[in-house]
Amino acid sequence: MSRTWETPGGVHPPENKLQSMTQSIGHLPIPGTLVIPLHQHIGSPETVDVTIGQTVLKGQKLTTAIHSDNLPVHASTSGTVIAIDDHPVAHPSGLNALCVTIASDGKDQWIERTGIADFRRCGPLDLLQIITDAGIAGMGGAGFPAAIKLSPSNDKTVDTLIINATECEPYITADDAAMRGKTQDLIQGIEVVCHILNGPKRVVIGIEDNKPQAIKALRSYVQESSIKIVPFPTKYPSGGEKQLIYILTGREVPSGGLPIDLGMVCLNIGTLIAIKRAIVDGEPLISRITTVTGEACGVNRNYEVLIGTPISHLLTHNEFDENNCSRLIMGGPMMGFSLTSTDVPVVKTTNCILAPSHSEIPVDTPAQACIRCGLCAEACPVSLLPQQLFWYAQAKDQERLEAHNLFDCIECGACSYVCPSNIPLVQHYRSSKGEIRKANIDKIDADNARQRFEFRKLRLEQADKQRQAKREARRLVTEQARAASSTSQPGSSAADIIAAAQQRAITKKASPDQQKAKLERALLAAQSRLQEAEKRLIEATINGSTKQQTICSASVESARQKVDQAQHRLRELTD
Amino acid sequence: MAFKQISSPHGHNPQSTSWVMQLVLLSTLPGFIALSYQFGWGTFINLIIAVMTSLVAEAAMLALRNRPIAFYLKDYSAAVTAVLLALALPPLASWWVVVVGSLFAIVVAKQLYGGIGHNPFNPAMVGYVVLLISFPIEMTTWVTPISLLPEGVQHPGLWESLSIVFAGNTPIDGITGATPLDVFKHSSGLVVDQIYHDEALFNQASFAGVGWEWVNVGFLIGGIILLKTRIFTWHAPLAMLGTLALMSILFWDSGSSASPGSPVMHLFSGASMMGAFFILTDPVSSAVSNRGRFIYGSLIGLLVYVIRAWGNYPDAVAFAVLLGNFAAPFIDNYTLPRTYGHTARRKATDKGEDE
Amino acid sequence: MIDTIAQHPMLAALIALVSLGVIFGGLLGFAAEKFKVHGDPIVEQIDNLLPQTQCGQCGFPGCRPYAQSIADGDAINKCPPGGQNTINAIANLLDVPAPALDEEHGEEEEIKTIAYIREDECIGCTKCIQACPVDAILGAAKLMHTVIVSECTGCDLCVEPCPVDCIDMLPVVQGIVQWHWPTPPATIDLIATSKMSSQEDAA
Repeated sequence: MSRTWETPGGVHPPENKLQSMTQSIGHLPIPGTLVIPLHQHIGSPETVDVTIGQTVLKGQKLTTAIHSDNLPVHASTSGTVIAIDDHPVAHPSGLNALCVTIASDGKDQWIERTGIADFRRCGPLDLLQIITDAGIAGMGGAGFPAAIKLSPSNDKTVDTLIINATECEPYITADDAAMRGKTQDLIQGIEVVCHILNGPKRVVIGIEDNKPQAIKALRSYVQESSIKIVPFPTKYPSGGEKQLIYILTGREVPSGGLPIDLGMVCLNIGTLIAIKRAIVDGEPLISRITTVTGEACGVNRNYEVLIGTPISHLLTHNEFDENNCSRLIMGGPMMGFSLTSTDVPVVKTTNCILAPSHSEIPVDTPAQACIRCGLCAEACPVSLLPQQLFWYAQAKDQERLEAHNLFDCIECGACSYVCPSNIPLVQHYRSSKGEIRKANIDKIDADNARQRFEFRKLRLEQADKQRQAKREARRLVTEQARAASSTSQPGSSAADIIAAAQQRAITKKASPDQQKAKLERALLAAQSRLQEAEKRLIEATINGSTKQQTICSASVESARQKVDQAQHRLRELTD
Repeated sequence: MAFKQISSPHGHNPQSTSWVMQLVLLSTLPGFIALSYQFGWGTFINLIIAVMTSLVAEAAMLALRNRPIAFYLKDYSAAVTAVLLALALPPLASWWVVVVGSLFAIVVAKQLYGGIGHNPFNPAMVGYVVLLISFPIEMTTWVTPISLLPEGVQHPGLWESLSIVFAGNTPIDGITGATPLDVFKHSSGLVVDQIYHDEALFNQASFAGVGWEWVNVGFLIGGIILLKTRIFTWHAPLAMLGTLALMSILFWDSGSSASPGSPVMHLFSGASMMGAFFILTDPVSSAVSNRGRFIYGSLIGLLVYVIRAWGNYPDAVAFAVLLGNFAAPFIDNYTLPRTYGHTARRKATDKGEDE
Repeated sequence: MIDTIAQHPMLAALIALVSLGVIFGGLLGFAAEKFKVHGDPIVEQIDNLLPQTQCGQCGFPGCRPYAQSIADGDAINKCPPGGQNTINAIANLLDVPAPALDEEHGEEEEIKTIAYIREDECIGCTKCIQACPVDAILGAAKLMHTVIVSECTGCDLCVEPCPVDCIDMLPVVQGIVQWHWPTPPATIDLIATSKMSSQEDAA
């Protein structure tokens, strides 16, 4: 037995894991259309490699990452690309993002796969390239590219590989099912990673003691090898990367740092299986194990789901009762986010679809006042003072929020869970974090604008000075010239000037008619422009995107203003 | 169909604020029973007057402040304030004493500061202190414990008590007397043994002072129930009792004529237990972190002893708590817990990054 | 000497007070010099809080002149792009009450807008380039102009000079990357209050 450490705080919500573990991992029929979001990972944008109407094979690359911090996505089945456009994606905002839609041909035909059975003969860098090309991102939470985690860096050596088999969120059993059903793949994945990391000194699988069967399955495979399986008492949120590292090693990842700072790499079960498949079988990441659970689903089970499968496909195959569903959650009840539509596709980080009934997760009661009881502080796994953070979040006191380490909050939801006043604390923190980030960006923008403004002022001043200097020089030249010829034409200028001024006054007086004509012309022009703009707006509404519509409606608005202005001026003149 | 956009976590612990408050109310029962047994119907009448006044005052203030009345009354916080105040007031106090105290507690100390969760001072203790300063005679007239009543005299019955409280009838002789803390305050020149020998309050006591010891045991039981149900942590109450005990050991002075009394007497007299478990643990007006609450409790324990031993008042929990309330934000500033991944604790007023 | 002083309490008091005054005055003077705060001049600090749109809606040619004017005692509520947040921040800095935004200078806009040139209609007159306070418009005479989105502050100074009116102020698109959770809706307190006030309005 290895020693384990206990994190502060934590909660014990009802586990609800048994219902989805009654059956082994299932498979669903291939959906008619698959919607594959292009940007599923943290990182820079990417370019699309396919065009509408193009036929793609299963496993074919759809995008190319522009920069090495991003990953490609792949077609999950064979078929035809029928759209590349904005579509609702798995994101708490419920907003749309660019997706490739594939109509499947039902053949599920693979591209040519070249697996490397004897991966030990390959260098780590080659293997990392394969992992990057296979689009493997951390499959637990944020979708951090796995290859970056595993990449060697100059000053940091990895001596500990931590495998996160905690799965502390209630309801979710995807990793549990994978450990039981795909034990061999998992072990092979660990071997690949050990090879890439050049044989770390310690390999630890951290697992909560509520998964005895998975522990048994793992033990039967790793008896003789050097992988240590460390079960520890079930407590939410032990599965957070930082929490797990503390539980297993007693060390803390520095604030703002990464596990690599401690010489550790932490990987998730799903990621390891995906790595094995990429290296040994030559298959990119196009499917994952997802738990479909909740009382609103007649069947609770784990499925091997193709990335891009619409949630509605999963739900209809599980006797989903829409009327009995209080909310639709991607992920677990503690950290998962609500989906506003069932059109959203499964992505690489979708470990669970939770459709609870109204009695299972009822609507939240209205928040009462905070009485600072401190239950949240007792529950906080990172020793924050949630009640103080809430206080300052309400006051929008960003300085105090940062002094109270708001950015060390892992948003696990333990504080909101125990809050007797039912305050949505985590949402307050998320909102405050967003506002602080925005304020920082605004600050940078403002500094930038100031710099540019000051530079422009300087430039204009210099230009002005130069012009002045030139004028001065010219004046000197003409003065000299005049001085030279001063004797020739004296005194006629005054009368000339008066005559010219009179001439100007006459033209001005005659002008109202001309002005009117001019204004009428302007009005006509403005009106025709308005008509044109309106026409364009109608066109845009019929077939254009929302962006075009906004542009057009703005131009209609401005054209209308111009017309009004012209009419107004004309009226003024005629009155 | 569109589903609702809701921030995680989804689902919630069933514990609610009104449940917490109800539990606090229930836990005052042992103390209440002990008080009623020892001192008669007075406490019960206090309780009824205080609760009614507080609820009406709370409702009126909420109405004035345009807040939903039923929503806030249901959190039981006004009832808790009223009950704590009623338990602290002398039994058989005139009705207007209780009404004034409750009104001040709810209207000024609670609602004018913004209602539940926003009061910087413990409302019950503000009410108590206002009464103590304004009506010292009414507030220091305590009923004699049941076992010390003169031969043939009994505590007034319910109707009699009501007539004393509401009609201002003077109670019969012999049913009011000094408390153990009063005795120590007013008996300078006697060594402790002498006091214990002379005073019936002590020579008939089981271990601390007649009547009061059981009242304090009652509140101790209630406090332990709340500790067990994790309504609050042990930090503030234990720190207060510990400091009080420590101080009375330090200044015990082997029972000389200058001794302010034994540790047991201090722990089980006056409002020690009630203060430790029901007043200090008011989360709104106390320090927030566990470490902060420990310091907060110690400070109050120290102040209680200092005022009892060398101040003008025989008991001091109310004053000490209010002074502690004053200090709470200051304590908070220096007692932030060390967050995961940080090498040192920060101050609440820190600017920028710590490392 | 001491006897004389002792016999004249007035004199004693006078001497004591004067000497105390001298000592503490000296101490304070010393401390004022020794612990002098070398902070940013107030103009810098105010300028740092202003949004730097350089829009001139406050009536000054740019943010810095307005900051200077505030430091000289001008009202702090003349900056619509900064809105109430900026007013609050300046009020906090200067330790004065925060007034509401002065509507005379414009209204606070919910969503940031930036300029967008309809490039087909642009005639390449360079008037907008001259108007732009932060050099965020690219182009040359007789050539189509365009706005550098990341540099545009949304001041809308370029809209007026455009002779063909081809510049629109468009709201910045809120994508998934910029999105963050909104503050949870106010608790029942405010709901009740707003209900009450709307009833009052109706009455």
